[in-house]
Amino acid sequence: MEKVKTLFDIIGPVMIGPSSSHTAGAVRIGLIAGNIFGEIPSKVRFRMYNSFAKTGKGHGTDRGLLGGILGMDVDNDSIKKAFDNAKKLGVDYEFEYLEDYNRHPNSADIILEHPDLPKMEISGISKGAGEVAITKINGYKFNINGDFDTLILIYKDKPGMVYRVTALLQGQNINIASMHCDRNAKGQEASMGICLDGVLPQYVIDELAKIDEVYLIRNIEMLKK
Amino acid sequence: MIIKTNNFQDILNIAIEKNKRLYEVCEMLEADNSEISTEEVRDRVKHILDSMKSAIKEGLNSEEKSVSGLCGNDCAKLVKKYKDGKSLFSKTYQNVLKYSLATIEQNARMGKIAACPTAGSCGIVPSVIIAIAESLDANEEIQINSLITAGLIGKIISNKLALAGAVAGCQSECGVAAAMAAAGLVEMYNGTNEQIINAAALTLKNIMGLVCDPVAGLVEVPCVKRNAFMSIYAVTGAELAMADIKSVIPIDEIVDAMVQVGEMMSPKLKESSEAGLAATPSGIKITEELADKWNQ
Repeated sequence: MEKVKTLFDIIGPVMIGPSSSHTAGAVRIGLIAGNIFGEIPSKVRFRMYNSFAKTGKGHGTDRGLLGGILGMDVDNDSIKKAFDNAKKLGVDYEFEYLEDYNRHPNSADIILEHPDLPKMEISGISKGAGEVAITKINGYKFNINGDFDTLILIYKDKPGMVYRVTALLQGQNINIASMHCDRNAKGQEASMGICLDGVLPQYVIDELAKIDEVYLIRNIEMLKK
Repeated sequence: MIIKTNNFQDILNIAIEKNKRLYEVCEMLEADNSEISTEEVRDRVKHILDSMKSAIKEGLNSEEKSVSGLCGNDCAKLVKKYKDGKSLFSKTYQNVLKYSLATIEQNARMGKIAACPTAGSCGIVPSVIIAIAESLDANEEIQINSLITAGLIGKIISNKLALAGAVAGCQSECGVAAAMAAAGLVEMYNGTNEQIINAAALTLKNIMGLVCDPVAGLVEVPCVKRNAFMSIYAVTGAELAMADIKSVIPIDEIVDAMVQVGEMMSPKLKESSEAGLAATPSGIKITEELADKWNQ
């Protein structure tokens, strides 16, 4: 779905330079990925591809991705010092620079670890002009661009799951802007990404988390723009 | 209520029908679409304007190099030259040039800027609006009107043309920024809506086909100095339009032509650094040296 442009897509965002795709976009990928993981990781590994790998050091793409993981937004002055901040917080980080032309020119995989959480792998792309998308979480396809509050679920694939989730949303009278499902094989694990037109109350998220078949649930707030 | 505003003629028609200036139409549409008040729209624009002023201030006081080391101390050279008092330019134009370099160098050294419309073209609109507002003693409201006008121009262009060097070359980044600045400047001088649109049209025609060929893929060479050139160039567009000089080709047709030229432009000249300045012997040498430095 093409987003309607606003005046502030043209004048703005206020951001740390030098590149909207390679710096601000990287920060946004890191920020959404960090929100999906849910904690500041103790260890994080970034695989940067193609243009991100080739020009990433000069554009601060590495610092942007890491800064985003630490919770910094695109206008945070500390992005430049993201390496130092990570060290202070005891975050162990590592970058790999790769070429794979089957991948988007500006893409990254982020592998996050924390002693209290299962390891996660999240992939994202920077589409230009600061627009981004999270394309994969733990191997499942998603399309999360930060324009909406987005509910993310990974669950056991069985009939009626979409109904059980959407029925709880309907109870809140929250409109679904778009929805995307994926699965690895019938009866195994499946994923759901739901973009919402409203803010989901915490107790609904708690209700959804109680469903036995749900392994992972996250409500990702839309990005400030 | 959805008002159709795909092109400049639509916007001009609304302005004529409602007897409003273009920035007022823009404020109104923006408030409607985002479901906020026009005051809130102006508050957000003020925040952008303040960020632009901070970037200029910080940029004027820094000589720090970019991460690559390719740029970062050119604004300081201008400041020094003007302290000695020698210049072909009046104080106003000296400031336009200084503010432009100050902002774009701030961007290159990972400082905070406002993209306008992109990060690589962030020096053009603020330098023109802020330096000339200072010389006219134009108050903040006038500066906000001017910046909204600039934003409207970019927004209407972007309905057809992607504002990204990777899609349509630098004509769609620094070129569009110059058209935005020219239009904003005419608003500051209280020119007519037609003069505002003509300033953008005249400016756009002259940057048709500008390629994006950055050395080593970085927003530095030629982007930094190009911002300085484009700022002064934008003033020319405003000056011509305010003399009632009209673009023979209407602006909506110019934008269509830019889209066409962007599509015809080789991908090697669209931010991929495979041709143009990036592929000169010196460009390749710099690229290789940086790759060595970063692989260590």
